[in-house]
Parts: sequence; C-alpha cells; structure tokens
Amino acid sequence: MADILSPLPGIFYRKPGPDKEPYVNEGDHVDVGQTVGVVEVMKQFSEVRSDVAGTIDRFHIEDSGTVNPGDVIVTVSEA
Amino acid sequence: MAFEILEPGLATTVQDRGRFGYYNVGIPQGGAMDGLSAEMANALAGNTPAEAVLECTYMGPRFRTDRDTVIAVTGAPVDVKVNGGTRGQWSRLELAAGDEVAFGILQGGTRFYIGVRGGIDVPVVLGSRSTYGLGSIGGFDGRPLRAGDLVPVGDSAGPSGGREPLQEIDPGLRPRFEKEVTVRVMPGLYDHRLTARGMETLLNSIWTLTPVADRTGLRYSGPEVEWQPRQQPFGAGSDPSNIVDAGYAVGSIQIPGGKEPIVLHRDAVSGGGYAMVATVISADMDLLARSAPGTKTRFTPVGMEEALAARAEQRSLRARLWGAGA
Repeated sequence: MADILSPLPGIFYRKPGPDKEPYVNEGDHVDVGQTVGVVEVMKQFSEVRSDVAGTIDRFHIEDSGTVNPGDVIVTVSEA
Repeated sequence: MAFEILEPGLATTVQDRGRFGYYNVGIPQGGAMDGLSAEMANALAGNTPAEAVLECTYMGPRFRTDRDTVIAVTGAPVDVKVNGGTRGQWSRLELAAGDEVAFGILQGGTRFYIGVRGGIDVPVVLGSRSTYGLGSIGGFDGRPLRAGDLVPVGDSAGPSGGREPLQEIDPGLRPRFEKEVTVRVMPGLYDHRLTARGMETLLNSIWTLTPVADRTGLRYSGPEVEWQPRQQPFGAGSDPSNIVDAGYAVGSIQIPGGKEPIVLHRDAVSGGGYAMVATVISADMDLLARSAPGTKTRFTPVGMEEALAARAEQRSLRARLWGAGA
C-alpha cells in the first residue's frame, strides 16, 4: 500500500470540473505520475499525482473536502 | 551566479522589506509577508536586512546553484534537502556549485524563506526588489518563479560589511508556528458601523483561517456580525458593510456582508468601499503571515500605546539579531 499525500492545504477535488467524470475511481488502475485529483488554494489548481503504479484502494478525502499538507488523500495497492 | 529553478513550487516570489512611498498611488508596500523570518534568513546568509530573499508558500521550489554559496532557510517548518540529504532550518548551509536544493511537505505555518549570500539580484523597481504579482512589477519579471528561470544572485563578496555572519538563530528567538493565535487589533476607523453586539462578536469569537489566504489578505470563518442600520449614503454600495470609498490601512479588517472577516495584508489594494472595523497592529502582521489554514484566531483590542510598545519591542528584537550598531 502506498499513501498519496497532499503537499498543500486547500480544497480537494476528484474531478477536473463540476460536470466532469472523476479522474480515477476506487478499483481503477493508476500509472506513475497519473493525476488522481486537484487541490485548490490561492486561486490555483495543483494536480495530485500518484508516485506509484497500482490499483486505487480507497479515497480518504471526499470530493470538495478540506486537506492539509501531509494528509493522506488516497491509498494505492502497488502492482 | 544564479539559481536554476527546476520546479517552481506553488508561489515562490522574490521579496525584500517592501516598496514604500507609493501607496498613495495604489502601489502596496509588499515585501516579505513574515518579515522577521525573512530578516533572519538574511542574517544567516551574511547579508544586511535589505537583501532580497525567496518567499515560498506551502510548496517550495527545487533549484540548483551554479556556484559555491551560503544559504539559510527560515520560517515555516519544512525539511530542507540538499542533494537528497536532510539539512536544518535556522542555520547557515554551505552549498557547492551544482548542489540541488529541495523541500519536503510543510509541517506547519504557511511560508518559508531562502536567504542567499549576496541576495537575489533582480532589478530594483520603485525602490524595491519585491514581486508585486497583481501589478506585474518587481521581482523576477513581476511574477512567481517558473521552471527554467535563472534567478540572479548578487556578488557573494557581499554587502555584509565585514560583519561576522550568524551561524544559527537562537531557538528562543525563532518565531513560533502555532495552531491557535491571538492577534492584537485597534478598533477603527469604521468601528462605529458595527453595533455593540457586532463588535463583541468580532472581539470574542474564535475565527478559523480559511484556505482563502494569500499575499493580498486572509479570510476567516466564524459567526455573522451585526451592522448598525443606516441610510445608504450617496456613493456607497447597498450592503451595510459598504462605505463611500476610502483609503485602506495595511492590516485593516473588512467584513463584507457581515460574514467572513478579511484582514488585508502586504499586497492588498490601497482603498475601496468596505468599512474597516479594526486594524491589526504592525507588530502582529508577521503572525498572520505565519498562520496556516485552520488556525484558530482571536482578535484582541489594544490601544495606541500598547501598539507602539509592541512595535518598539519588535524593533529591539531585530536590533539584537543584527548586533549593536547594525
């Protein structure tokens, strides 16, 4: 299991836009460097990327939830 | 010499003590948000207090130096990595040409500072090297750093004037980065626009810093405050928090719509149409700049004498940093 951490405080979004599909869902495969969500702070959206390849196990922050630096956003079971 | 920016971080900007004397024409003073931490970075790097430093917000840059130099990282707690090895904050760090500097995830606070021997040597604009992003002036091309930028560093023979640089900042002198803070304010200039109960709400509530906080200002969440009823004056907006446009003091608190107070900080506009119900004293502006989102904040009222005493205390702390006569 690998934890993907938020480097930033702010609001976490799982989708690139309000009427878009989520970047990834639980059970999906992710590659190294693949975007799993975005954090909005100071009017900027920063992509959160997976640093491992594997399967999305669980999101710990819900869509539009608040995050702090170091919070676990999602766990990935490594392939 | 130069720093080559490999990754820029979220909002890394060049800042010095600020751009004074143009507020009357709408150019804010700017400068390092946490002035004391920035000054400490200069003291460690062997500079004067006036050299420009890099201000890093939440997420730091990754950069490479092309010459041997001395840097120091101060401010919000963060792991400093030189070529992958962890080094300390609040002390002199010697770098060799080609060394790569990166940072871990912030452990508290909001901003940290990188001082370098000789200072960041961007052109002086209206008396300052500070980046004013909204106005696209100063700093590195008037903007936050980007990957690929070559950020010029001043002559390392440097302006320290032969003063022996500090090796580290005494732990007792380092600013603290706390989750609960009390910020001193002076009521006014428009405190008469709140009801007595409204003012009581402002001064007795615990306000939580939202993520809506940057160099312009910081927004807090908490209860709603009550305004005096009034007849809308000619030239003022229709909301009870609106006034006929007036100059804004640095550190002044507005409460648009009576909800979510905003404290204006160093890059804020110089005037507008919201009532300023209180103003953070100058000595506590750094404290605001250190607050991370979620910080529980109390605004406590003080008078002019106490505000001036706090300012004098800040000055003497800084004088100790630079030693007698600096």
